[in-house]
Amino acid sequence: MTSQHFSANGNGMIADAMRQVDPDVMAAYPITPQTTIVEAYAKFVADGKVHTEYVPVESEHSALSACIGASAAGARVATATSSQGLAYMWEELPIAAGMRCPIVMANANRAISAPINIHGDHSDSMSARDTGWLMFYAETAQEAYDNTIIAFKCAEDENILLPAMVCLDGFVTTHAMERCVLEDDSTVKYYVGEYEPLYPLLDTEHPVSHGMYANIGDMYMRHHLTTRRVLEGAAPIIEKHGKEWEKLTGRPFELVDAWGCEDADHIIVVVGSAAGNARHAARILREQGRKVGVVRPRVYRPFPAQQVVDACKGAKAVAVLNRSDAPGAQHGPVCEDVMSAFYTAGLNIPVNDYIVGLGGADISLDLMVQVYDELEQRVAGEYTTDIAYLGIEE
Amino acid sequence: MAEKIYAADFDPKQENSWKPQDLPAGLVCPAGGNSREYITGSWRSMRPIWDKETCNNCMMCWVYCPDSSIIVKDGEMIGIDLDHCKGCGVCVSECRFNCLEMITESEAKEREAE
Repeated sequence: MTSQHFSANGNGMIADAMRQVDPDVMAAYPITPQTTIVEAYAKFVADGKVHTEYVPVESEHSALSACIGASAAGARVATATSSQGLAYMWEELPIAAGMRCPIVMANANRAISAPINIHGDHSDSMSARDTGWLMFYAETAQEAYDNTIIAFKCAEDENILLPAMVCLDGFVTTHAMERCVLEDDSTVKYYVGEYEPLYPLLDTEHPVSHGMYANIGDMYMRHHLTTRRVLEGAAPIIEKHGKEWEKLTGRPFELVDAWGCEDADHIIVVVGSAAGNARHAARILREQGRKVGVVRPRVYRPFPAQQVVDACKGAKAVAVLNRSDAPGAQHGPVCEDVMSAFYTAGLNIPVNDYIVGLGGADISLDLMVQVYDELEQRVAGEYTTDIAYLGIEE
Repeated sequence: MAEKIYAADFDPKQENSWKPQDLPAGLVCPAGGNSREYITGSWRSMRPIWDKETCNNCMMCWVYCPDSSIIVKDGEMIGIDLDHCKGCGVCVSECRFNCLEMITESEAKEREAE
């Protein structure tokens, strides 16, 4: 096995991951900051480097609709979107999950209008977190690549068969150049294997209808219970496929990346690229003798509650950084998931909730240090704020 | 491969032994060409009544019926498929010879009882 080291950005890495998987169908529409994924993929198609049927649709609504149709027909399918594009796909998101279409979609996380803003935050995908999709959040371009490949394996697993969203932070991860490793095409093809659809419409020997009606009685409710049970059982399957990729590539895979948590008093829980800043600040504080840690869920749906609890259970206080808000709710979406996990596990750890980096606002090292300081203040009873916009003075 | 569930294996009425994994994934209908089994006639609030004596088999109702509920045999209309007719009334509207009329289901049932 050989692999190639080079400079790349997250979008380029995702386009290459999809090229190596070579799905049967891609239907996509460009939107900043995702555009260079579908642009690069269209070039792969034009250059004959893939066998994919590329459907240049007129909108994201059509993109995901075409993907669902192709998936129901029995194809391996990929697409990519961002922000308003994901919002425009919303109608189809639960349909893709409800019809158990294992579509893999990259989402370049970007703010949602209004006001208009093209920069990175999680407002788009967090609004879609309850639609039944598997969700991966990458910290780096390398991880965006790895997650994309792992996502095909997980989505298409016969015990999951759900669509998967591979999220990466707009511009920070989609566009910034990093040193990356590209595995051999043959390694990726060996790992993902052949996709065998369960009920392909093109299997005329066994005719089926997709997108059924469940309007009377409790069949609709039973079907939703099925989705809940599948996601409840998905975490160990995702872990198994992630570990298999780890074995092939040497790059570690954990559902939750826990740094310094064995003895940490103060822990930051954060999703996506900002974990790097948190860890960098934590290293500096560790050198000063402060016991701090960082917890980063790499898989967000299913929410790895047990792994988050295991990482945080020794802490005196935990801060959760949400890169999106849920106006009207008591807490940000990530914080609600973390607090729910704590409560269910009987942990009574004080939690400081922060909304950070909306619309690409800087998440600086100073702000990370401030968060750790405020965790100490929380333990001392000096900080009592439930939820704050980090870096914004009211 | 996950186990496929086809029509013969799946009985939604088995309430006691039901498990989520018994449903076909994606709630696909695990059979084809079975829309005839769906009795849409129960949706009807109005019913078309056909007068065989005045009908001259022009077939306009057969052309327009969206549910293929005009039953034709050997080029002649022989009746209406009330298991699938939803009572839309398009046949009555299209009939040029006044041999179809629309009455309420309750009136139709009273007439049946007589």
